[in-house]
Amino acid sequence: MTTPVPILEARHLTKHFAVLRSSRGARSALSRPALSRPHGGTVVHAVEDVSLALAPAQVIAVVGESGSGKSTLARMLARLISPTAGDLLLDGHAASGARRQYARQVQMVLQDPFASLNPVHDVRYHLARPLLAHGLAPRAELDDVITGLLERVALTPGSQFLRKYPHELSGGQRQRVAIARALAVRPRVLLADEPVSMLDVSIRLGLLNLLGGLRDDDGLGILYITHDIASARYLADQVIVMYAGQVVESGPVEVVTDHPAHPYTQLLLSAAPDPERGAPPVLRGRGSPPSLVSPPAGCRFHPRCPHAMAVCAEQVPPMLSATSEESINKGGPGHSAACWLHSPDANPQKET
Amino acid sequence: MTDLLLEARGLCVDYGSGPGAVHAVADADLVLHRGEVLGLAGESGSGKSTLAFGITRLLRAPGVITGGEVRFYRPGGSPVDVLEADEPLLRVLRWSQVSLVMQSAMNALNPVMSIRTQLTDALRAHRPGMSAAQRRARAAELLDMVGISADRLGSFPHQLSGGMRQRVMIAMALGLEPQVVIMDEPTTALDVVTQREILEELSALRDRLGFAILFITHDLSLLIEIADTIAVMYAGRVVERAEAKALFRAPRHPYTLGLLSSFPGLHGPRRRMTGIPGSPPDLRELPSGCVFHPRCGFVLDRCASASPPLGPPPGGRGRVVACWLHDGAQSVPEPLAKPEPDHIGSTL
Repeated sequence: MTTPVPILEARHLTKHFAVLRSSRGARSALSRPALSRPHGGTVVHAVEDVSLALAPAQVIAVVGESGSGKSTLARMLARLISPTAGDLLLDGHAASGARRQYARQVQMVLQDPFASLNPVHDVRYHLARPLLAHGLAPRAELDDVITGLLERVALTPGSQFLRKYPHELSGGQRQRVAIARALAVRPRVLLADEPVSMLDVSIRLGLLNLLGGLRDDDGLGILYITHDIASARYLADQVIVMYAGQVVESGPVEVVTDHPAHPYTQLLLSAAPDPERGAPPVLRGRGSPPSLVSPPAGCRFHPRCPHAMAVCAEQVPPMLSATSEESINKGGPGHSAACWLHSPDANPQKET
Repeated sequence: MTDLLLEARGLCVDYGSGPGAVHAVADADLVLHRGEVLGLAGESGSGKSTLAFGITRLLRAPGVITGGEVRFYRPGGSPVDVLEADEPLLRVLRWSQVSLVMQSAMNALNPVMSIRTQLTDALRAHRPGMSAAQRRARAAELLDMVGISADRLGSFPHQLSGGMRQRVMIAMALGLEPQVVIMDEPTTALDVVTQREILEELSALRDRLGFAILFITHDLSLLIEIADTIAVMYAGRVVERAEAKALFRAPRHPYTLGLLSSFPGLHGPRRRMTGIPGSPPDLRELPSGCVFHPRCGFVLDRCASASPPLGPPPGGRGRVVACWLHDGAQSVPEPLAKPEPDHIGSTL
């Protein structure tokens, strides 16, 4: 099966944030023998060597806890932050041209529906701006185009919403306006960073179904970033699990959630609420994510991992195939995990 | 049936007064037994936090209790009418009998006081007989109980992670070995692994110390796992209350059914889910009759004009629901008439 050229592709994206010099000797306590540090100073290794490929009519979920690097990754994909290393490709070509042209193709929707709309402007103003800025509609047709956009995000009748101010809308309605604004430029990619986390539970599904509709009916490629693995399973086709700045597992969403191959994914799934679960879950792996200033050597999860072996503390595991019959049947890229347990030479010790 | 510990009947809380008053809690009933975990589920505007603060008389102005009664049944003593209690009695009740872990506990700790000082503060107020050395020892014991090393006693809140601050709040709430701990969204801002660890620790502490928990959260899927009984609130009213597994397998109220359908499963076949159309109402402009009727998929004519009382549905074993569908005058739609699961070790 030939895979179509992905619309958006990240290859080995890395982002290190420099830590500003502090007045006392704190830096010396944190500094380590040189890895590649841009200015020879301390850095936060926020995102390390992340690759992904987003196809049209596809939703990829990026799942991780806070501090996993998922939002930093999204901002690199939106070209709001420039990577320390790695490449970003749009339709197979380097995405290095004018950012404005890039924004026509790739748009972002953010988490906080209260913060992403300007409280002193009405809905019409918010949607007119991108249309006018990119010359997408003559002034005479603005109201019609905007009404159409609002109805596309199920704010009907659109005309009733034109003169509303953000404070007159519910959280869910504000988020729909934010999505409509992103859709105004007719992008091919939507980067949605925790778009429903701040909304009431009963209205989250409506928004998620809207995003699913944009994938199915309009062929948009959507990156859905969330800490909620259940909603990722609901909406997405593929899932990428991030931990401490790195991808630890990726594959078809049902395969990863039913047969997690990485110990961190297993921990995440056992900790997530599940009413169907008969008995309380057994958590394997205590503790919390490591410092990103001086992350552990080798696999960043190894200090917490119940299956850690000697090699885990020495070498960073590459993405290794965890493909099973089931994932092959689901099609698309197989299931892989960055874990030495899946190396053909693996010799897992007994659990400590 | 285990002993009754805390009971609220017909509680009403308004914000403001006069014609513009917002009815944040209307006619709410709540029943808590010794050692029970009662979950209070609801979305924004449901009144769940207001109900908890009302019960403990910790409402901030302009919140005011306008009706109902709250009784606390002291072990081995006479019941206390909480709404009539005077300040000295309330001070005894608060923290030594009923303690509170608030939402966003990481922001509830005093940033300029050490952990030790905050832990010993309640001890100093409630146990005048304790010496300073005894208080320090007890503080160390409390930290140990929640899995934090005693050498963190001298730390300040900003030096602890979010999960650790939450554990400190829990330690403070348990310091005087209360009968009831009220927890308002205690794990919402934490990552799912830390959340699960803290819940495990809480469960072990409960087994050891035997306190009851009123657990308030919007995360119904979590409550089904950890609560014995769940009360669902909508627009200031309790609309259903049942044993947790019964609520999950056999919901009776359309809002409960809709809420349960808002949580996609972690496993099993993927199917399209719709949540609940519309959004929670503005408390200043509540719908007439049943507050949920504009969003209800099973609405009857009378729902728009009369508000249904909270009462047992036919065959309901200890559960209650506020819905006209169950008054016996019509057949109940199939999704709301699922058979009750077998009760195993119910506390009701």
